[in-house]
Amino acid sequence: MAVEVRIPTILRNLTGEQKAVTAEGGTLSAVIDDLEANHPGIKDRLVEAGPGDGVGLRRFVNVYVNDEDVRFIGGLDAEVTDGDQVVVLPAVAGG
Amino acid sequence: MTRYDDLLSSVGNTPLVGLPTLSPSPDVRLWAKLEDRNPTGSIKDRAALAMVVAAEKEGRLRPGCTILEPTSGNTGISLAMAAKLRGYRLVCVMPENTSEERSQLLRMWGAEIIASPAAGGSNEAVRQAKEIAAEHPDWVMLYQYGNEANALAHYEGTGPEVLADLPSITHFVGGLGTTGTLMGVGQFFREHKPDVHIVAAEPRYGELVYGLRNIDEGFIPELYDESLIDARFSVGPRDAVRRVRELLEVEGIFAGISTGAILHAALAQAAKAVKAGERADIAFVVCDGGWKYLSTGAYEGTIDEAEDALEGQLWA
Repeated sequence: MAVEVRIPTILRNLTGEQKAVTAEGGTLSAVIDDLEANHPGIKDRLVEAGPGDGVGLRRFVNVYVNDEDVRFIGGLDAEVTDGDQVVVLPAVAGG
Repeated sequence: MTRYDDLLSSVGNTPLVGLPTLSPSPDVRLWAKLEDRNPTGSIKDRAALAMVVAAEKEGRLRPGCTILEPTSGNTGISLAMAAKLRGYRLVCVMPENTSEERSQLLRMWGAEIIASPAAGGSNEAVRQAKEIAAEHPDWVMLYQYGNEANALAHYEGTGPEVLADLPSITHFVGGLGTTGTLMGVGQFFREHKPDVHIVAAEPRYGELVYGLRNIDEGFIPELYDESLIDARFSVGPRDAVRRVRELLEVEGIFAGISTGAILHAALAQAAKAVKAGERADIAFVVCDGGWKYLSTGAYEGTIDEAEDALEGQLWA
């Protein structure tokens, strides 16, 4: 269940300057845990303690699975399947 | 009605046109809301006029005032037109990686431009404008990202217009920048036809634009309320260019690049409806015409060349 994860410039210090890395997992949460195993410190930059005991994506971090914002497809529980592309981007303005 | 007392009165009431060839079937139809038919050629005329009128009513704007606004272009151009007609000076803070046509148009309508650095895109323009506003407390920053009149223009205008023209609407697809269009239209449909899916398409730029120093420097417009939309897609320049060319080739509509991104998301919704065997009437926004982007290289050459040309540019 390998997926490609695109890493934004500001987090590449954690991936040895690699723009994209591969990770495994059936959900976004599992993918992030796998990323953390290979690139320690990255999880803390992506997720934070949420309401109650849960965790959620950091406010200014957007994650897309096959171009769809995961906040609308289950958040950290969003399903990820083999060959999917996960893109991590900081939130930016338009207008 | 096609007669108006003046140019500002003619903002809005744009046509909704069917796309008989791009629509996958008679049961799954696409409809384009032609916002390029506004006075300065973009959907931003609605928000700009609404914000100016609201500020006048509140007494924040008085004759001779200076308006300051961070903008990647279209809002600035709309504000410049409204400011000229209402007697205000306009200073825009605009990222330097926007098309040359935008700067020229702003200057033509009498606006002054302060260039903000390309790296960081609009986030940097917003940050810089806030600093300048603090130095000039007498200037009025309408601040499209947090100004409720921006969303209200679409709640009162765009939303009702689309529903009146397309009572059978199932999806509304728009761009996500200030979030004003989708917040206003979304709120309107939540109240009047809550089963309509509100779908957002946001441009995915080159890396330069996301070159922040820290992830906490990210920016989410104060207007944004996630609960008003149902899905959100990130669309890169390749898909946007491909679709904007398809729209011209197949339906004859010459739109700006951001419309390509919106059409890409609209077509994905159409494909989903076809697959599920459901009926769908999908309205999407044509934000502006392609004129302002001819110099970007998006409309000529191969898709690869266009994609390369747009790298680093704020194309939406």
